[in-house]
Amino acid sequence: MKPAGAKGAAGVKGAVIRTPNGMSLRFSPRAVAVAVLCLAVALGVGVLLIGSGDFPMGPADVVRTLLGNGTPADSLIVNEIRLPRAAAGLAVGAALGLAGAIFQSLTRNPLGSPDVLGFSQGAATGVLGVIVLTGGGSAAVAAGAAAGGLLTGAVVYAVAGRHGAHGQRLILVGIGVAAILTGVNGYLLTQAKITDAARAVLWLTGSLNGRDWADAAPVLAALAVLGPLVVVGCGRALRMLEMGDDAAHGLGVPIERARLIMLAAAVLLTSFAAAAAGPVSFVALTAPQLARRLTRAPGPNLLPSMCMGAALLVAADWAAQRAFTGHQLPVGVVTGLLGGGYLVWLLVTQRKTGRI
Amino acid sequence: MKDANARLSGTGLTLAYDKRTIAEDLDVAVPDGSFTVIVGPNACGKSTLLRALARILKPASGTVVLDGEPIAGWPAKKLARTLGLLPQSSIAPEGITVADLVSRGRYPHQGLLRQWSREDERVVTESMEATGVAALADRPVDELSGGQRQRVWIAMALAQQTPLLLLDEPTTYLDIAHQIEVLDLCARLHEEGRTVVAVLHDLNHAARYATHMIAMRDGAIVAEGGPDTVVTAELVEEVFRLPCRVIECPETGTPLVVPAARAARVAAGT
Ligand SMILES: Nc1ncnc2c1ncn2[C@@H]1O[C@H](COP(=O)(O)OP(=O)(O)OP(=O)(O)O)[C@@H](O)[C@H]1O
Ligand SMILES: [Mg+2]
Repeated sequence: MKPAGAKGAAGVKGAVIRTPNGMSLRFSPRAVAVAVLCLAVALGVGVLLIGSGDFPMGPADVVRTLLGNGTPADSLIVNEIRLPRAAAGLAVGAALGLAGAIFQSLTRNPLGSPDVLGFSQGAATGVLGVIVLTGGGSAAVAAGAAAGGLLTGAVVYAVAGRHGAHGQRLILVGIGVAAILTGVNGYLLTQAKITDAARAVLWLTGSLNGRDWADAAPVLAALAVLGPLVVVGCGRALRMLEMGDDAAHGLGVPIERARLIMLAAAVLLTSFAAAAAGPVSFVALTAPQLARRLTRAPGPNLLPSMCMGAALLVAADWAAQRAFTGHQLPVGVVTGLLGGGYLVWLLVTQRKTGRI
Repeated sequence: MKDANARLSGTGLTLAYDKRTIAEDLDVAVPDGSFTVIVGPNACGKSTLLRALARILKPASGTVVLDGEPIAGWPAKKLARTLGLLPQSSIAPEGITVADLVSRGRYPHQGLLRQWSREDERVVTESMEATGVAALADRPVDELSGGQRQRVWIAMALAQQTPLLLLDEPTTYLDIAHQIEVLDLCARLHEEGRTVVAVLHDLNHAARYATHMIAMRDGAIVAEGGPDTVVTAELVEEVFRLPCRVIECPETGTPLVVPAARAARVAAGT
């Protein structure tokens, strides 16, 4: 193997690894560095999260326990109570970051995120339906979220039209659908028994409190399957799609199929993330933009966005636990506050440069 | 069909966007090894025809045939290695550099385990040199002038290395010298054995460079053949509704269109 310099002879950015038998891999060292850095931050904060609570533990103890060398008491607290929550947080953040990167790339718009496009609301409708109508547990909630998200995806795709399933049109249709679903969700809440309503409202703000392995499992599984499929399998096609349908088609990308697969994957990631933590707002919107600013690379930046999402979400969760001593905020409140501020800033700067 | 041996041809094409029919029952053949230029007024369906020939637009009826096979059945990447298209408008992703954009033309030659071969590198360098954008390699595309940008897109299409190349208005935005440069480049590609199809608005350039011309109006092919038979005063008036004189170009001997003076046109009531 022979890594070429940071820049090829043609002036093309990135590093290349070539093997003698003709295989070659091309990547951006900066993007890899950003991804690794975000992942390190995410895991580090995850360890801090596991260590904090009514029974605080130092990071060294947490790591030792995670590696299987802790006391039985520590082991119970870490592996059974706090690790599921941290793992759910990491997976939810990663899923949202990845889904956001896909949506923003497909819509070619920094506002293209599941919150704006109505998919989070659709997943919420599914979950509320399950909680209010059946009072079901984690598995039923996850199924409800996936069904709600996919159904919304199908409706938005159908209304936006086969050839309009990109850009402005998808966003406008999504905003409309989101508004309708918000109304439906409100109606479902009024129909709920008071105990169910309390559970539903907490879920709606986006919270990781009391998550166990059953809650974390669906989003972890979705990420394990869809993550590699999307990042490795479709990343390059997505990059071509950013140049417009005609250009991508001319380069041999089966545009309709690629777009449908990417949309479905992103909707599923959003839905399972919502099932685990509720519709945590703004992570999907901000993570890809932050990642992009750090990598300074065009294109969907899938892997960096995914790691950035995980880092953002656990950091927000950590802040939510620390903000008021003795009183835990739902993580969705923190991401909402930070993300809302970011959105305003985005609108102002983008308006100045004339992009939106 | 006019030419049974053409690699690329369409028969009985009806082209429509949703319910709006642009062209009906159109037969077209691109002669092998030709430099074919399509001319016609705005909105007559030139881009639409090119998009159908490149399989971007599925005809409502009729078939496009490439190398004896209906184009609809071609695998996407194989098609992209045979037939390249420069669309009339494309989007340069924010912040992308010239070299990176041109390198995307190699996509149909790449795969998951073959992402950037030495061949890719060589072809990208050559394509940038051929279009005169090598010096801009590191510049972001969104900071280039319209003409520079146009040449970058042409470089990307070149990097695709297809024996058939469809170019939709490759000379828009270019100054006269760069227009000639791009047309010279097309002529060179044509001499090297590629079949080039281009939509051009300048009839004089078309007449000078084309080996075969197709004149369109309202979604129909009005005339086709060599520049001498297509670029005549009668046909230009019929196709563009512009009275003119056609003289012999003092430089190349090809037809040269000189629009009638305004006074003459006003007098004739057009
Ligand atoms: N995506 C589309 N959806 C609907 N109608 C379209 C679309 N693209 C083009 N048309 C219509 O089809 C007709 C032919 O357009 P086309 O782009 O083929 O013209 P053209 O000959 O290339 O014109 P120009 O010289 O201006 O590029 C026009 O009336 C145009 O409005
Ligand atoms: Mg056109």
